[in-house]
Amino acid sequence: MDVRLRIVALIAILILFLVVLDLVRRRRLLERYALLWLGSALALMALASWGGLLEEVSTAIGVATPSNALFVAAFGFVLVLLLHFSIAVSRLSDQSKILAQRLAILEERERELEAELARRGEQATAPEPIRDPVRR
Amino acid sequence: MTMHRRADNLAVVPAYNEAATIAAVVASIHEARDDFDVLVVDDGSTDATSELAERAGARVLRMPFNLGIGGAVQAGFTFALEHRYERMVQVDADGQHLPDEIQTLSDTMDARPEVDMVCGSRFITDTGYPAPISRRTGIHIFAFLLSRFVGQRVSDPTSGFRLYNRRGIALFARDYPHDYPEVEAILMVHHHSLRMVEVPVRMRERGGGVSSITSGKSAYYMVKVLLALFVGLARRRPVPEPGEDAPVMAGHGI
Repeated sequence: MDVRLRIVALIAILILFLVVLDLVRRRRLLERYALLWLGSALALMALASWGGLLEEVSTAIGVATPSNALFVAAFGFVLVLLLHFSIAVSRLSDQSKILAQRLAILEERERELEAELARRGEQATAPEPIRDPVRR
Repeated sequence: MTMHRRADNLAVVPAYNEAATIAAVVASIHEARDDFDVLVVDDGSTDATSELAERAGARVLRMPFNLGIGGAVQAGFTFALEHRYERMVQVDADGQHLPDEIQTLSDTMDARPEVDMVCGSRFITDTGYPAPISRRTGIHIFAFLLSRFVGQRVSDPTSGFRLYNRRGIALFARDYPHDYPEVEAILMVHHHSLRMVEVPVRMRERGGGVSSITSGKSAYYMVKVLLALFVGLARRRPVPEPGEDAPVMAGHGI
């Protein structure tokens, strides 16, 4: 693969790597989601910089041009990341559904309690105004 | 404004499917300490953990789904903060931590009021704790790194048996790490200029249930915590200071 292409690929991957690390540092990205990005970036970095590795991989999987093998690898990682996010989104929607249900049940219980308190309050306070003047 | 607070201190017991041991753990804490309320945080168990804990006299927070240990324990910190408990101790639900040893932790805090977190350690002196060699290796790597990062000897960074004062409670109620929190929490304590100290305690082997750290997950655990530690070094202010952005912000993309 052309040296210029190698350098461009390496710089791009390095920028990705640093951006991901900085997002974790600024707490915009959880470690558990960052690991897959960092792992992908490291693997691509190895492919792009390790002389001969990319050529070997491309002949092994039957890709004619080594640079295409790099694209295939990158595409593979993107697919894995997308699947990972689909799983994460599914879990989040499951969790928010459960939260909404619990909240609705809690609100209903709270309204019931308020109604019950109001009923008891009326019973407790209603007779008082009648008795009080008599006693005084 | 304290509601139903019986004692001045709180024992938080995070529990996920610990029906085999939870009742005995709650009972043993009550028996050993009358100055501690017991709060069981049921992290989405599918067994009778909640019912058994309630019957044993604990207060129970039921998580609507499994949050993971960090989220469950942070619910305990928030509870302790809202009810203004003086101190909070974390006790594992599997019977590994001995309630008698809470005395060791609180004696240390009494003697040194400047300390915000007292950690029970299995490894300061040989307390005869039979940890498998693979887990020991991981613990020792974290111990080695943390000791250098915080400039103080840390011997048992994964121990969850810890006593916190109000400053410790307030810090971790605002921000507590997610997946495997104990190691990173030590770094946070250091970053926020809080003080921690370790004391040797005896621990038992697990009474039942399965550890949250299985052998298959331990490699992932190592890598994740190492990433958190090294990135944590570059975080100057892990928690927003008053007037800064909120920890979770809407619409702050890349």
